[in-house]
Amino acid sequence: MEKLLEILTDLHSDVDFETEENLIDDGILDSMDIISLITEISEEYDVTITAKDIIPANFNSAKALYALIERLSDED
Amino acid sequence: MLFTSYEFLGFCAVLLLLYYIIPKKAQWPLLLVASYAFYFIAGPQFIPFIAATTLTVYLTARVMQSIADKQSAFLKAHKEELSKEEKKIFKDKQKRKKLFWFVLCLLLNLGILATVKYANFFIGNINSALISFGSKSVLSFVNVIVPLGISFYTFQSIGYLIDVYRGTVTAEKNVFKYALFVSFFPQLVQGPIGRYGQMSETLYTPHKFDSKQVGFGLERVLWGYFKKLVIADRLFVAVSTMIGDPSTYNGAYSIVIMLFYTVQLYADFTGGIDITIGLAEAMGIRLSENFDRPYFSKSLKEYWRRWHISMCSWFRDYLFYPVSVSKPMQKLTKFTKKVFGNNVGKRIPVYLSTAIVWFSTGIWHGASWNFIVWGMANFAVLMISEEFEPLYKKFNDRFKFTKSFPYTLFRVVRTFALVCALNLFDCYVSIATTGKIFFSAFGARNYHVLFDGSLLNLGLTSLDYIILLGGVLLMLTVSLLQRKGSVREQIFRLPYPVRFALYYGLFLIIILMGAYGIGYDASQFIYNQF
Amino acid sequence: MKAAAKKWIKFIASAVIVVVTLSLLQMLLMPKYSVDGPVEGAFVAEYYGEVKDHDVIFVGDCEVYENFSPIVLWRDYGINSYIRGSADQYIYQSYYLLEDTLRYETPKVVVFNVQALDPKREAEAKEAYNRMSIDGMKWSPAKIGAINSSMLEDEQFLDYVFPILRYHSRWSELDKTDFEYMFKSEKVSHNGYLMKVGVKPAENVPEGKPLHDYKFTEKARKHLDMMVELCEKNGIKLLLIKAPSLYPYWYPEYDQQVAQYAKEHNLTYINFLDETIQAETGIDYTKDTYDAGLHMNVEGAEKLSEWLGKYLTENMGLTDRRGEAELAACWEDKIAFYEADKKAKYEEYEKNIEAN
Repeated sequence: MEKLLEILTDLHSDVDFETEENLIDDGILDSMDIISLITEISEEYDVTITAKDIIPANFNSAKALYALIERLSDED
Repeated sequence: MLFTSYEFLGFCAVLLLLYYIIPKKAQWPLLLVASYAFYFIAGPQFIPFIAATTLTVYLTARVMQSIADKQSAFLKAHKEELSKEEKKIFKDKQKRKKLFWFVLCLLLNLGILATVKYANFFIGNINSALISFGSKSVLSFVNVIVPLGISFYTFQSIGYLIDVYRGTVTAEKNVFKYALFVSFFPQLVQGPIGRYGQMSETLYTPHKFDSKQVGFGLERVLWGYFKKLVIADRLFVAVSTMIGDPSTYNGAYSIVIMLFYTVQLYADFTGGIDITIGLAEAMGIRLSENFDRPYFSKSLKEYWRRWHISMCSWFRDYLFYPVSVSKPMQKLTKFTKKVFGNNVGKRIPVYLSTAIVWFSTGIWHGASWNFIVWGMANFAVLMISEEFEPLYKKFNDRFKFTKSFPYTLFRVVRTFALVCALNLFDCYVSIATTGKIFFSAFGARNYHVLFDGSLLNLGLTSLDYIILLGGVLLMLTVSLLQRKGSVREQIFRLPYPVRFALYYGLFLIIILMGAYGIGYDASQFIYNQF
Repeated sequence: MKAAAKKWIKFIASAVIVVVTLSLLQMLLMPKYSVDGPVEGAFVAEYYGEVKDHDVIFVGDCEVYENFSPIVLWRDYGINSYIRGSADQYIYQSYYLLEDTLRYETPKVVVFNVQALDPKREAEAKEAYNRMSIDGMKWSPAKIGAINSSMLEDEQFLDYVFPILRYHSRWSELDKTDFEYMFKSEKVSHNGYLMKVGVKPAENVPEGKPLHDYKFTEKARKHLDMMVELCEKNGIKLLLIKAPSLYPYWYPEYDQQVAQYAKEHNLTYINFLDETIQAETGIDYTKDTYDAGLHMNVEGAEKLSEWLGKYLTENMGLTDRRGEAELAACWEDKIAFYEADKKAKYEEYEKNIEAN
């Protein structure tokens, strides 16, 4: 989780990712952010995030994103 | 049947009446019949096309669904006995089966779209290539009909196909229900491109007559007609006059063209969508919004989040993301990162995906080069601003005034001007003409035409300009009010006589000032030219 | 219960306001032909205010409503006649105007001017003329027929049902007369006759340019057949005439077709351009036309009417009705109006000549 927060903060230093719950709906993360995020995550956690996982519910908060990572590494 | 024809109004009036008279269970079948009737009136020869897309996508989705169902049943039944490895092998095998059907259906439907819409474009390009290589013989153009709304219903169907493939929605069992999803007539002509998951929530459910809901829907329809008839169709007169004669209308006129066309496009497109969504709303069906006050955007990137949302999100979800996270692209990322370093390296593949999306968006708009160039121009601007993003950020952090209203306004105006310029690609088929017209605006010597009454020779009288100004101000007011929530709710809270006066006033304005019918002098003017 | 009643009252009140204001707006926006010209647009509606007991009904375009004077027919022959004319009236409009007339009365004779068969003019039909021929008609199957047969490609039936849709943009050009004449109109014709004074001799009238095809259209022939049939069914004698207008050019090929048709259907056809008839009517193209041969002035129209009155009495069995007291009284007013109009127009004409 800490590593994830680090990746996120690298992307947008001015956002408090621990509390923010509407990263997508409020337009904080745009599609390009999401792609670089996915690249970083797949390197860091060795999971494959596919296009079907890219839905607001998975990316709206750091918590949700972390849950997705756990779920995916569980499946592999 | 155009939205602005009497036939369409009559068609909708009869439909709406029937819709609330018949048993609730028959409502969605009625819509299916109406949609096919609508399509039949547009051209009986188009029916096989939409029927083919409907059937192939429906069947493929069913096949994919049954594979998925069997897979989860099997996994559930053998949960204990199978090892993780075995499960993975089984899943991959199922996935390949699904993929086969998916790709087959996708290629078939994209093939139909490509053939009817782009065949002549390809032939034309091949011919110019042949000629430039000195060939004397050229291919002849094929005589194809472009079925009404094919770009929209094909994309809507493919979106559904991908959703079922991904397992984000369950395939529709009832072929007639599915046929309605594809053919729902209000959105057939110009979208919005619906998502099955969202539309199926209200499309098939019984709807009781709710006077507020019907009233709200019709109110929005009325507002759409106002935008279309009073503003867009009036501006059309001047815009088509200017675009039709580039040798006369350039220089200072270029600014007028860009401005007028951008307003016309907004009024026409958002007006049409208002009619579509309002009509659906009057029948209790919720369609997704397609615009979010786009001309208030502070950057082009933001603009593309707020303009033609259903199309942009389609390209994002079904093209940009899959391409970006695809294995080859991820490999490319690793490679570029190694070569160019982390910072630059990770951006290159994203830009590549973005370029693919904008190329597709361009060609989706029309089978000609000006649209492709338009798409690539959008891409270029987006990429450049992305590159400058860190600089902007520093600038914004450094100077406080960047948070002030005037600066925000400046950004909005700048974005609007950019959109105006990009829209010029829409106006002329020839890219050379677009370039000539655009650059003629700089250092032109005819700026006096903006003030010496020359604008009154474009087919619009000074009264027309007053109406246009009033109309634009009204649109602006409504957009500003929208920031405080639904304007219709705000009106609804007013006393009935005031409300009635507003509705009826808008209706009368459309009747009296709408640029419609044979009696509209300005349209007669266009007639005279031919 | 009370809430429901309130809802209904609200609904009905709103509906009434909408209907009333839209009707008023429509009346306001309709062109006021009788005072704001072209006056021809007012003719069709003017008929409905008449006592409908006519012996002769004319149907056709300016070649009847500027060339024949019902006043003379009454004054000198006691024939009660009316001209249902309108500008550029095509055969199908003539037919439906006749059908419309038969809803109110059955004349003994119908006079139809065959210029309305001219295929060249039919091809150049204009929406504005359709409007002037049809807008004034009262609603009946005849009006529906007239609309359906006249509509051009870019016209819509609904625009005739709700003329406000056609004239909506006139709000920007409204003036005092539009308000003043919302509910009334001026009388502009003498039983359908439009009086013109003044002289402009016909000189060097050109021959018609050769045409590709002289045949009357299918549509024209069909409606002529329908007219013949309608007259037969109602025991009306149909008289075909070609008024002595020199232009639009009346091709010999046209004339032959009409003559042939008349022969086949046992109808009388009088071509006033014919030299022997011209000698009898005494039309002098240096004096009797106000626009170089297109139309007659009042002198010319009176000469033609004299001849026609005699012809109708001698050959079509019409009798002198001047003895009918009520009718005569009615005509007395018309004659007075006619003479006053003539005097006023001559005075104005002379004033104009002096001014020039």
